[in-house]
Amino acid sequence: MIAETGLIALWLAGALTLLQFILGAVGLRTDREAYFAAIRPVAIAQGLFVALSFLLLIWLFLRSDMSVKLVAMNSASVKPLLYKFAGTWGNHEGSMLLWVTVMGLAGAFIALFERSLKTRTLVATLAAQAFISLGFYAFLLISSNPFERMFPVPADGQGLNPLLQDPGLAFHPPTLYFGYVGLSVAFSFAVGAMITRDVGAAFAKAMRPWVLGAWIFLTLGITAGSYWAYYELGWGGWWFWDPVENASLMPWLAATALLHSVTVLATRDGLRAWTLMLAVVAFSMSMIGTFLVRSGILTSVHAFAVDPERGSFILALLALYIGGAMALFALRVGTVKEGSRFELVSREGALVANNLLLSVILALVFIGTLYPLFVEAITGDKLSVGPPYFNLATGPLALMLVAVMAAGPLLRWRRDNPRTLLNRISIPILITAASLFALALFTTGMSILSLLGMGLAAGVAIASFAPLWKRNLRRTPMHTYGMVIAHFGIAVALVGMASEASFTEEKLVAATPGDEIVVNNWKLKFEAIEPVAGPNWTALESRITAQYGDGALHPINPQNRMFAAAQTQTSEAALLTRWNGQLYVVLGDGDSEGRWQIRVWWKPFVTLIWYGGILVALGGLLAMVGRLRRGYKQRKQREFAEAML
Amino acid sequence: MKRLLILVSICLVAPVAAQTSLPPAPYADRQLDDPQQEAAARDLMEELRCLKCQSQSIADSNAPMAGDMRSQVREKIAAGESPEAVRSWLVERYGNWVSYDPPIASVVTWPLWIAPIVLLLAALWLARGRFRKPKDGE
Repeated sequence: MIAETGLIALWLAGALTLLQFILGAVGLRTDREAYFAAIRPVAIAQGLFVALSFLLLIWLFLRSDMSVKLVAMNSASVKPLLYKFAGTWGNHEGSMLLWVTVMGLAGAFIALFERSLKTRTLVATLAAQAFISLGFYAFLLISSNPFERMFPVPADGQGLNPLLQDPGLAFHPPTLYFGYVGLSVAFSFAVGAMITRDVGAAFAKAMRPWVLGAWIFLTLGITAGSYWAYYELGWGGWWFWDPVENASLMPWLAATALLHSVTVLATRDGLRAWTLMLAVVAFSMSMIGTFLVRSGILTSVHAFAVDPERGSFILALLALYIGGAMALFALRVGTVKEGSRFELVSREGALVANNLLLSVILALVFIGTLYPLFVEAITGDKLSVGPPYFNLATGPLALMLVAVMAAGPLLRWRRDNPRTLLNRISIPILITAASLFALALFTTGMSILSLLGMGLAAGVAIASFAPLWKRNLRRTPMHTYGMVIAHFGIAVALVGMASEASFTEEKLVAATPGDEIVVNNWKLKFEAIEPVAGPNWTALESRITAQYGDGALHPINPQNRMFAAAQTQTSEAALLTRWNGQLYVVLGDGDSEGRWQIRVWWKPFVTLIWYGGILVALGGLLAMVGRLRRGYKQRKQREFAEAML
Repeated sequence: MKRLLILVSICLVAPVAAQTSLPPAPYADRQLDDPQQEAAARDLMEELRCLKCQSQSIADSNAPMAGDMRSQVREKIAAGESPEAVRSWLVERYGNWVSYDPPIASVVTWPLWIAPIVLLLAALWLARGRFRKPKDGE
């Protein structure tokens, strides 16, 4: 019964979405107030029904109801509760249901709380949002029904992919989806504003929290995904420019550009057409990301849907939405006025530089990711584009971007003097020069890119705090602090990346218990191999103690796990985190002479990469809360003033 | 009991171990003695695709074939071959698919390498004339 109720709730939500779209579209055409009034409750009801449907699916997973095909294929009755729960979206149908759920809830949220937009723009936004959701409802109900029953009922399920059995699964996909869906809201706002020709500062202010929110989630999702891959896959890398990683990076790049251009639109009423364009691109990138990952066109761990029918369905949706939005943009862009103008050396000028550099990087990631598919489709040649290309093509641009990031916040709006700018950032420039000199002198084996990155990061870390210089810290707005922290986070992450790339030390040994392994200042003693058992796996664990210099002994015990349900083996790396880096140990296979393959890395300051990512997201959060609070206060003041009149 | 568990676990792991030990690949998981050669081999291995895996370099893969390739790379580097020579030897055998570094001088892949410059110029062209000129005397 639970499954049937869930399916009914999903159909009802789909029907309400159709109603929401019709109310909006017809209402806008015929200008009927009654339709405008009805669209809010419909959007809220839609959100509630789809959320109910998703909750019921979670319940089915928690109960391990094997008569439901999706549960039987992707879960098993002996499995920790957390993975039963997270397993709900660790598969194709469940993750698509999560997508529409977040989208429905976002629509309900707009209907409930958005008060600053003009009614017509709000209605158009909700109608656009419904139009996007409709495609996903059709997709779920027609080609991937998550509630399908299975007969005969199997005795037990097939289990979840062991690589996915990790707390990371509970966190990484939902955060990315929140980000993608947040961008869909920004996109709906842009479509709404284009339809009602209401592109201006008020629209930008209404859209900004959604862009910020989406961007925070994307930042967290990518950071978490990177760390997850780093410790789970056991190869010690944190980013491989894998197509699936790129699929999550592209929306982030677009959202970062959009975030900065929407600020120009909200503050100075400039860059109108460009901001609309970016909103369209940002959502297109999240759709393309979903398509790449879901369609199985790139076969990897993430592609649980290796099914051409579904692939074509998503491709059709993609063409419809992106094509439609581009067409609307092309039709309406002529009527959108340029907005205020500004000089090259100005805050806006720096933000334009930021946007252009981010767009070029985005285009390069896009080309590099899809080029092999394109070539294979045309000539049949298979080729690979990987880290050597992406690092060389985007690295220098990213460093330019970071340099602009240091200078931008110190510039005045509209126009500024290049000489006073040079004055303001003289200290960061000196620091960069000094660290470059020191690094070149005292280190060996750093690549030029890492060297420049590290030197630049040192200067930028200081420069990011410069906007607070000589200001009353208690009256500085919260969003300024947000910017400072986010920019500082970029510098922190950059130090981590450069350090990991330059100073990592690796040791591979075939060791027998009793052997000692030395890496950097670490002494590792391989004590023994012992079997251990978990809830749904057995493992061989190597007992190792690690000692830094003459310091204390720390246990570090990597494992080789066998999962009974899936008959697969995974290696569980063991990590030891110190303030100055991470020790990373992987246990490999044993041979007939009782030797075990052990792989050890010492990665100085590698954790800064993810701390930096968290700081960036934290900065975004401060900015969002600050902006929302300020918007709320201003509205209250306005309402009060109107009441007095 | 403990012994039994070890025995069972080893039996489960054994088929995997047997696969890796079939072809003679002495340097699959053994580093070269010369740290500079090892670093060169390591850099190259990170740029070679494991042909049997999904989006992994041979440096990161546990697949037997990746082990063979690692051993070949290390042996050739130890014999004094340059990393680029080893790369082109592998590309000759397996095609461009094996290298994550697309060649510049190739009919198929040169557009990738001029893309950054073309895009940057396009961006500058897009921005040109959009800015107000600074007024004289200010």
